[in-house]
Amino acid sequence: MNLLSDPVGVSHYLIVGAILFTTGIVCMVVKRNALGVLMGIELVLNGANVNFVAFGSPVLRGEQASILGLDGQLMALFVILLAAAEAAVALAITLNFYNNHATVDVDRADDLKG
Amino acid sequence: MEVQSDLGATLSTLLGLAWLIPLGSFAAILFFGPKMGPHGRNSAWVATAAIGASFALSLFAFGTWMVAHPPQVVDHHGAEHHGAEHGEGEHHDGAHGGDDHGSGHGDAGHEEHSSWSPPRGSGGVPATFARFADDAAAAEQHAAGEGGHEHDDAAHATAGHSSERPAYSGDWYSLYRSPTLVLSIGWYIDSLTVLLFVVVTFIATCIHVYATGYMHDELHDITDHEVTLASGGHLHRPGRYSRFFQGLSLFCFSMLGIVIAGNLAMVFVFWELVGICSWFLIGFSFERTSASTAANKAFIVNRVGDFGMLIGLMALWGSLGTLHFGDTVSVDADGHQVVQPGLFSLVRPAENGHALQVPDGMVVAAASDRVASIAAGSSAEAAAAEVAGEVSEWRAMGMGNWLLVVAGLGIFCGCMGKSAQVPLHVWLPDAMEGPTPVSALVHSATMVAAGVYLTGRFYPVLTPDVLVVIAYIGAITLFIAATIALVCTDIKRVLAYSTVSQLGYMMLALGVGGWVAGLFHLVTHAFFKSLLFMCSGSVIHACHTNDMRRMGGLLKKMPYTGWTMLAGCLAIIGAGVPFVIGFSGYYSKDSILAQALLFRQVNPSHAVLWYAAAGGAALTAFYMFRLWFMTFLGEPRDEHVAEHVHESPAVMTAPLVVLSVMAVIAGWSLGPLGVANLLEQARPLGTADGLTGGGLLTAAVTVPAEAASHADSIHFTATITAFATAAAGVLLAAAFYVWRLVNPAAIATVLRPVHTFLENKWYFDEIYDWIFVKPAHGIAALASANDRGIIDSIIHFFAWASRQLAAVDAWMDRVLVDGLVNVLAAATWSTGLRLRSIQTGRLRQYVMFIVVGTVAIFLLVSMMFSTTVASP
Repeated sequence: MNLLSDPVGVSHYLIVGAILFTTGIVCMVVKRNALGVLMGIELVLNGANVNFVAFGSPVLRGEQASILGLDGQLMALFVILLAAAEAAVALAITLNFYNNHATVDVDRADDLKG
Repeated sequence: MEVQSDLGATLSTLLGLAWLIPLGSFAAILFFGPKMGPHGRNSAWVATAAIGASFALSLFAFGTWMVAHPPQVVDHHGAEHHGAEHGEGEHHDGAHGGDDHGSGHGDAGHEEHSSWSPPRGSGGVPATFARFADDAAAAEQHAAGEGGHEHDDAAHATAGHSSERPAYSGDWYSLYRSPTLVLSIGWYIDSLTVLLFVVVTFIATCIHVYATGYMHDELHDITDHEVTLASGGHLHRPGRYSRFFQGLSLFCFSMLGIVIAGNLAMVFVFWELVGICSWFLIGFSFERTSASTAANKAFIVNRVGDFGMLIGLMALWGSLGTLHFGDTVSVDADGHQVVQPGLFSLVRPAENGHALQVPDGMVVAAASDRVASIAAGSSAEAAAAEVAGEVSEWRAMGMGNWLLVVAGLGIFCGCMGKSAQVPLHVWLPDAMEGPTPVSALVHSATMVAAGVYLTGRFYPVLTPDVLVVIAYIGAITLFIAATIALVCTDIKRVLAYSTVSQLGYMMLALGVGGWVAGLFHLVTHAFFKSLLFMCSGSVIHACHTNDMRRMGGLLKKMPYTGWTMLAGCLAIIGAGVPFVIGFSGYYSKDSILAQALLFRQVNPSHAVLWYAAAGGAALTAFYMFRLWFMTFLGEPRDEHVAEHVHESPAVMTAPLVVLSVMAVIAGWSLGPLGVANLLEQARPLGTADGLTGGGLLTAAVTVPAEAASHADSIHFTATITAFATAAAGVLLAAAFYVWRLVNPAAIATVLRPVHTFLENKWYFDEIYDWIFVKPAHGIAALASANDRGIIDSIIHFFAWASRQLAAVDAWMDRVLVDGLVNVLAAATWSTGLRLRSIQTGRLRQYVMFIVVGTVAIFLLVSMMFSTTVASP
């Protein structure tokens, strides 16, 4: 199977999703800035979204348009919604953290360590 | 007829109210006493008003009685007409209707059983009361040849006598009913009841008035100089004015309850109630050791007597199944009247002419082994019939006689305790620790007379054996107490021993057959002895001492007290102009002496009773006038005392004057109106005759008919003897203490052993101490040693063993159980410690963990499920 020669299918989308996901994970792990971590989270979520949409598309699955399958798209919309809510809450936490510690360095946020 | 038929209801209502009003006063003072005016001052008026109302009601009942049953001068010399006339009159015929009676009131007595319904409790106990047929009815019955229609005393007519014997009885409330026992609150009213109600309420009213003055110290705080506290000071306490009157009210209620009681169970209940009232009142100043000890002594000594009384009650109940004095008429399911005979008609049945016989129940109880053998051989009905047939034969054999004696002695035992007869007399002199009004009311006039009253009430049941015992106890008591009174120097103790002695007189009179004489003396003695006590109280109030040796010459300073006390002294010694007129005691003491003399003539072997009575009269005169002379005549012996002496206030002297009038006139008869004639009316049926018997406790003895003692020859001797002895006593006392012909101290020195013996009261207290108290203490010490030495050590051993066991248990708990739990906790703790190092708080590290973990899980899953996942 040659990705470069094959027509665009689910696999290509999955590879893009995987790259996005991995990028997001790496971003979360390496960034010390809380905002960077939040961005990494967004990347992870959207990588997953790409997968959802790819699996949800009948065209990409190579099936006939006889089935109206929008499950993946619905899940993607749900995730977007969730991401918006999560971003709102997380930014609020970050802001508070900044107010208390005058920094957004997540390594300094170890108040709950055992 | 209607008037007569309602009489029982009227009397029971009047006397019942008179009985209950003091209870109301008691309750009111109990709850509101201290709030009645300043320091409870008005409680005195509540109590006095209550007893005054009782007196008014009693007086009204007395008047009603006198109108309905005017007493008659009884011709005693015809006593022998009793008996022969009485045939086999059907005992119960009168109960089934009035038709047996020819005419007159006889009908009424029975008709209104159904027409009048008394207050009753549950169970429908009908009241029984009836009037006795009058002479007309009786005469007609005799003419008709029906035989002397001798009825039992509660429900039927007395026909054989020229005199009536009216009595009413019934139940207000039935507490308990079973076939063999009815416990009820009821009444038994005859002229004795009515008379005693008047006497008790009258004296009580006087004493209440007197006490309002005497007890005024209690209106404010009191410092009791006879009580020394541990701190060295004297007791200071608030006054107890209202409590005193509360006690008096409860006492009046209890005493009237004894008098009105219709059965022995009720008598016993109120008997104990007066006992507890006496305890309250003797121990009024209970902080004083002497007072509380005296109260306990009175109560405990009375318990000894009451133990005997309980035995008597059980003997009666166990064999006869009833404790009612009079008959009970009830209506059975068929509407017939059923007469349940009471004690009196069981012991003296009408069929038998009211002669004393052992009742069937006692015969059967005594012959229980024969009854059992009969019952074993035949059916129940046949056995019952056979037993009924055999009863008269067994009775003739004397069976059950001892049971009747036990019952009589038992009841008399209770009377001995209450009336302070030797050997149970020791409590009464000590009871003088109580306030003087209490001594006057409770311990001289009324409560101690309750024993004499009960002996008189129970008289029909007493056998000659018992009567002889009573006579001897009475004679011993009167002699011992009189001798002790000779040397007493405490004014109240002289009167206390005088009371014991006079109670002995009463018992002696009852014992030798003088029913009227004994109760007559009870009534007159109540008046003059309460008077004497109140006079002594007045003296003590003025002198602040009881010691006669510190008094003297008080007559000028206390004229009212002095002269009224002289009246009392003259009354108690029986002063009078022989055969003409005299103080109240003159009549009653004469009749006692006459009866004792008659008894001596009939039973020469018992002459000592007569000598005791006659000698006692001389002793009485001596000690009473010794008291009066020492107190009121001569020169003051103690200047300190004499300075402060003053006459008591009018509230105290007025009752003295009233009572002294009664002490003078109580024995007088205005035609048929007199105490003696009234008592004659109440004479129990059948006791007008003599009584011969005995053999159980004494040789055969004849108790002569009291009527015979009215014979001129006997009466003459008795009166002259009484006068001579009393005069001798008074003259001797005057020689000792007025004219100073003889120096009492010199006599005392000459007769040192006798004097010491008497001063120590015949050593009764010491003897009892040696016989009862010391052994009791010894036994108590033994029991205590046993308790401490043996029982306690066993218990201590068990306690020690329990401790050891508990220690082992505690070790197991601490080491094993707790150890297990602690090991678990420690393990959890160290695990937690180790795990906490993972929790770094670094966000990025957590993400790394998640990633690594996820990848690890992914790899793991893909390795395990490689085939399934890999296949397209």
